[in-house]
Amino acid sequence: MNQEQILYLIEGAWGTLLLSVLTFAFSAMLGLAIALMRVSDNRIVRAGAFGYINIIQGTPLLVIMGICFYGPSILGFSATSALFAAVLALTIHAAAFLGEIWRGCIESVPRNQWEAAECLGLNRLQRMFQVILPQALRIATPPTVGFMVQIVKNTSFASLVIGFAELSYNAKILNNSTFKPFLYFGAAAVLYFIICYPLSWLSLKLERKLTLARS
Amino acid sequence: MTYQFDFGAVLQYWPMLLQGAETTLLMSFWSTLAGFVMGVACAIARSSGGPLLRRAVGAYVEVIRNTPLIIQSYFLIFGLSSVGFTMSILTGAILALVINITAYTCEIVRAGIESVPRSQREAAECLGLSPLQVYWHVILVPALERVYPALTSQFVLLMLVTSLLSAVGTEDLFGISGNIQALTFRNFEVFIVLWVVYLAMSVLVRGAFALAGKVMFVRRRRLGTLL
Repeated sequence: MNQEQILYLIEGAWGTLLLSVLTFAFSAMLGLAIALMRVSDNRIVRAGAFGYINIIQGTPLLVIMGICFYGPSILGFSATSALFAAVLALTIHAAAFLGEIWRGCIESVPRNQWEAAECLGLNRLQRMFQVILPQALRIATPPTVGFMVQIVKNTSFASLVIGFAELSYNAKILNNSTFKPFLYFGAAAVLYFIICYPLSWLSLKLERKLTLARS
Repeated sequence: MTYQFDFGAVLQYWPMLLQGAETTLLMSFWSTLAGFVMGVACAIARSSGGPLLRRAVGAYVEVIRNTPLIIQSYFLIFGLSSVGFTMSILTGAILALVINITAYTCEIVRAGIESVPRSQREAAECLGLSPLQVYWHVILVPALERVYPALTSQFVLLMLVTSLLSAVGTEDLFGISGNIQALTFRNFEVFIVLWVVYLAMSVLVRGAFALAGKVMFVRRRRLGTLL
């Protein structure tokens, strides 16, 4: 592997990081909304979020990518950029999973915390944002960090339907012109591992800490 | 919106879609079965094997779980063919899926095994059960029953992710839909149809797992309680 090829792979890794960060930022917002809808008092709102989660979790990410890539032009937006379509699809997908993870965390805050907050005369919004969510955040951190690994790996789907130039796409290009699959895909795997493993490790460590604190 | 939808153009190729769906289910079935057996074996090795075996399985699980499936399958399928080891695309795809899903299954089952309290094991030993009986009746089966919902979700995700293997040329539902796109130029409609078919298949797979759970876990069937 010469220097140019190494740089090309690192450029791909940069694309992967960019996609991951954007996806996490947007899916955190949408995921929080979904999680809050799941614990809403309104049945229709709850059912809507439930439907969203189940439909998205039953759809392959590649199909969501296709819909996000070809859909906007049908709605009249001209020329969807690959980055936009990829982030849109990854966000729609990740939000369903994050929403479900965070719903579990919100619900695992002890019931008497809700009641105590109610007794203090806090309204529903104050209860959620000042009492429940800060506590849920602690429980949510380890699985959320763990899910970031999933997001990083899922960005590799953007190389297929959309053809966004991220790590696996660039590795494929290098392999197509030189045909040394073990070398280039091995190198790409190492780069993915370097991005993902610290997150996995952190997630496990945080989880252990939380289990100790709670027991 | 001036776009004219034409689902008829796509749906006239329904025999292709059906054939693709069949391939997808076939790939999912074999990789689920092999992945489950190997995953359980790895979980046993990781929770009660010797230190060397534990480390080896641990390393395998970490490598697989921290790299994307697409890279694993390129590495495996293109890699093996570059050193002259050829096999059918379908076999290679299933092999890649099995190697991937085994790692995830291993972690889930291991969590189940570790959740069985020590006292249960000791109680079973006091009752005079042989070590094998203890392992089977008190540890493994209850552990599997406990993690069955997580396993179900993982295997539904596996069914959905078989679509990724179209990148190495399998003619699964997603791969074959590429041909329909080329024939009709109706890409958006193709994706909408795929969406519906995959949703239906995930409902089907979920139902099959619920049914299999009822057959496998006698205790739950009789008592209907959670473990």
